[in-house]
Amino acid sequence: MELFDIVFYVFALITLGSACVVVFSKNIVHAAFSLLFTFFGVAGIYVLLRADFLAVTQILIYVGGILVLMLFGVMLTNKVINVKIKTGTMQAWPAGIAVSILAGLLAGVFYSNWKDAQLPASTVDATTHLLGEMLMTSYLLPFEIASVVLLVALIGAALIARRNR
Amino acid sequence: METWINNLASFIEWLPQVHLAHFLLLSAALFSLGVYAIITRRNAILLLMGIELVLNAANINLIAFSRYNGSLDGQTAAIFVIILAAAEAAVALAIVLNIFHRFSTVNVDEVSSLKE
Repeated sequence: MELFDIVFYVFALITLGSACVVVFSKNIVHAAFSLLFTFFGVAGIYVLLRADFLAVTQILIYVGGILVLMLFGVMLTNKVINVKIKTGTMQAWPAGIAVSILAGLLAGVFYSNWKDAQLPASTVDATTHLLGEMLMTSYLLPFEIASVVLLVALIGAALIARRNR
Repeated sequence: METWINNLASFIEWLPQVHLAHFLLLSAALFSLGVYAIITRRNAILLLMGIELVLNAANINLIAFSRYNGSLDGQTAAIFVIILAAAEAAVALAIVLNIFHRFSTVNVDEVSSLKE
């Protein structure tokens, strides 16, 4: 095992372990905070795959934006008077069986098709410049549409969340 | 049985050297955990967390194949996934807040009518 492999397993363990807490924890606040570690673990995986810009974006947007939104949601949708920030699960056994079959199928397909696929030696050092160029040339239309989508989502969210109309 | 044990042995020998498929297996596990959360959880915010897990799994797959192909198209797709995840989280949480004000619960099973 080289350093790359060890680092991969460390990040994979962080990601999957905290994702398990998100999925199985009875306490919503615990789930929200372990989602933080899941996002950090995924950012580490991005770094291993030489996606430096995406790793930073992941931390900025997911940890800085989405996770804070989630925590706001948790705090605002639980009455502070009854400190019961717990939530149950339902249909745990059928769902567990169905999802394990799904996981087995996915893993089987991935393993049998790409078992021997080696990652090539990378030719690119920093991706930010290249990604910016691609967004401004071949992906210009999706880029513009994404900006409109963000604007609409922003206005829509503000309008929906406003209390008195 | 014999072949099954042989397959398992070759799988364990294959594990320490990280290739493309290790990233794919990680994303498959993350995806399944997210789907499990979406199926079993009844709190709307935990459903959103499950959706985020699924989107992250998809992103790992996109970036792993982008690295494997040596082109950056997969990473560009991942950027759009992140953009849409941010928009989705904002709108969904606004809706959840409204549901809470109206029904005083965020249990998605109890919220089954469009108006009171």
